[in-house]
Amino acid sequence: MSGAVQTALAPLGGPARRALRDPLVAGLVGLCLAAAAALLVAPPAPFLVNVLGQLAAFAILAVALDLVWGYLGILSLGHGLFFAIGGYVCAMHLLAHGAAVTGVLPDFVQFMGWKSLPAYWFGLDHAPYAFVLALAVAGLVAFVFGLASFRSRVNGVYFSIISQALVYVAMLLMYRNDTGLGGNNGMTGFPLLFGWPMGSPGVVTGLAVAALVTLAAVLTGTRLLVGSAIGRRMLACRDDETRLRTLGYSTTRLKLGIWCLSAMIAALAGILYVPQVGIINPRVLAPDLSIEIAVWVAIGGLGRLGGAVIGAVLVNGLKFWLSAAMPDAWPFILSGLVLLVVLVLPNGLLDLVSWRPRPTWLGGQR
Amino acid sequence: MSALVVEALTVAFGRFTALDAVSLAVDPGEVRAVIGPNGAGKTTLLDVISGITKPVSGRVMLGDTLDLTKCSEAEIARAGVRRKFQKPSVFPALTVRENLEIGCGPALSPGERPARIASVLGETGLAPRAQALAGSLAHGEKQWLEIGMVLAAEPALLLLDEPVAGLSDAETAHTAALIRGLRRPDRAVVVIEHDMGFVEAIADRVTVLHEGRTLYEGSMHGARGDARVIEVFLGR
Repeated sequence: MSGAVQTALAPLGGPARRALRDPLVAGLVGLCLAAAAALLVAPPAPFLVNVLGQLAAFAILAVALDLVWGYLGILSLGHGLFFAIGGYVCAMHLLAHGAAVTGVLPDFVQFMGWKSLPAYWFGLDHAPYAFVLALAVAGLVAFVFGLASFRSRVNGVYFSIISQALVYVAMLLMYRNDTGLGGNNGMTGFPLLFGWPMGSPGVVTGLAVAALVTLAAVLTGTRLLVGSAIGRRMLACRDDETRLRTLGYSTTRLKLGIWCLSAMIAALAGILYVPQVGIINPRVLAPDLSIEIAVWVAIGGLGRLGGAVIGAVLVNGLKFWLSAAMPDAWPFILSGLVLLVVLVLPNGLLDLVSWRPRPTWLGGQR
Repeated sequence: MSALVVEALTVAFGRFTALDAVSLAVDPGEVRAVIGPNGAGKTTLLDVISGITKPVSGRVMLGDTLDLTKCSEAEIARAGVRRKFQKPSVFPALTVRENLEIGCGPALSPGERPARIASVLGETGLAPRAQALAGSLAHGEKQWLEIGMVLAAEPALLLLDEPVAGLSDAETAHTAALIRGLRRPDRAVVVIEHDMGFVEAIADRVTVLHEGRTLYEGSMHGARGDARVIEVFLGR
C-alpha cells in the first residue's frame, strides 16, 4: 500500500512527496479534495453540505492547535481568541459589504442609534483588505502575547492559564455593546457574500468547498513544516528547550514564529466558519470552547496533524447529531469519551492503529 | 591568554550560598577536572558558565574578551561554549543523525553538515545507530550521542557534567578514550566527575570545590596528598 503510494507520488517534487509520504495526512488531503470535488459535481442536501463545511473549519482550528501543542509543547487554552478574530473580521466584512450594496445599515448599528458604521469599519467592505486584516490582527495579538510570555520564559501550565485568561478578557470586552462589534448579540443577518445572496445553494456549496480545500492546503503546508529542519527543531524544543538553547538556538524566536503562524491558521478557520453558521457572538470566546479545541486534539491523537482532524470531525460530528437527538446527554457523552481516551488510549484514537492489549494503567508497556 | 577565567564568582539561591567567591583560570588546550563532594557547587559553576544561572557577583570571561554572565544561553553557545549535561540530554523524538545535525549549531552552513556529522558519528562509534531514534538508545549510547552533539559544533570550550555517571567499566573506558581524543591546542575542557580513576586518566589539573569555595588547585597527585582534600572528600 505505502509502496504504491510512494510510486504514484514519485513525479512530485521532493518536499511535497515527503509531506504526502505520511499516509494519514496524504489520505486526509485526498479525502478533502475528493469530498470537495463530489460537492461540486453532485451536491447533497444543503444542510449536509453546510455541516461538512463547518467540520472542515473546526478541523483547521484543531490543526492550528496541534501545531503548537503537539510539536512545540505549548498548550494554548485560548485558541478561540484567534478563531474569533478571524470570525469577527469576516462578519464585519459581510455586514459592511451588505450595507455597501443594499444601503441598509446592520441591525446592531440601528439599535445603538448610530447613523453610520464606526470609523474603524472603513474599507472592510473590500474582501481582500478584510482577509489581510483578519490574519494581521490575529498574528499581531499572538505576537504581542507570545513575545511577552516566551521572553520571560512563561511555559507549561502557566502559559495555558494565561492564554485562558486572555480569551476570557476578550469575551468580557466583546460583551460590551459600545465596542461597535455587536455586543452581546454579536453580528448576524449577513445578506450577501461577494454579491451573492447568503444561503443560496451555490454559496453554501462554495463555502464548504473553500473550507475543504483550505483544510487540504493547511494539512499539506503544516506537514511540510513539521517534516523540515524547523520541524525537527520544534520537536527538540518541545522535549528539551534548555538543551536546544545551549546548542546555540534562539528558542524564543522559534516559538514566537510558530505561535503566530498557528494563530493565523486559527483565524483562517474563523473566517471560513462564520459565513457558514451565519452568526458570531462573544460566546465563541467562552473559555470552555477553547478547552474543547484541546479535547478534539487529545481525542484524535496529539502531534500527528491527522489526529487533530479526526478528533475535530469525530467530536463535532457527534455533537451535530447528538446535541439535536439527545441534548441533555451530550455533555456526559463528551466527558465519557474524554475519560475513555485518557484511560485506554493515552495518545488518542490513533493508538487504535497500534493497539496494545494492556494499556499503561493496567501495567502495560508504553 | 586564558581560555576561561572565573573571577570571584558568587551565586546564591535565597539565603543559601552555592558558590562563594570562586576563581579559576583554564588554559587553552587544558583538560580541567572539577571535583568535590555533593553540594560543593560543581554543577552550579557549569550552570553559570553556560548561562542557565546568573551570579550575584563576579565575572566569567571567555578568551579574555567576552563576559558570559552578560549573555543568554544561545549567545554563549554561539561564542563556542558547549555543555554536556549530567542527565543525558538528547532529543528522544529525533534520530541520532538528526540530533547531531542540530548539534552542528545554527551557524554551520547546510553544505558542511553531512561531513561534520559523518566525522562525529565515526568518533563516537555511533555510525551503525545513525537512523535510530535517540529515545531508543541505551544509557551509554545516549551519553556518547550527547558528547557527539556538543562536539559537532567544534567548541572552543567544552563543559562535561559527570560524563561517566551510571556507565559500566567498559563504557567508562570508551568514554575516557573519547574525551582524551577531544584534546586540542585550541580547546579547553572542564569536566565534573566523581570517579577518581577517571579524573586521573583524563585531567591535566584538578580544582577541588567544597561548600562553594575553592579548596585546592593543582595536579591530581597533589590532591591525593593534600590534608584538607583528604579530610573533606577523599578520606571518607
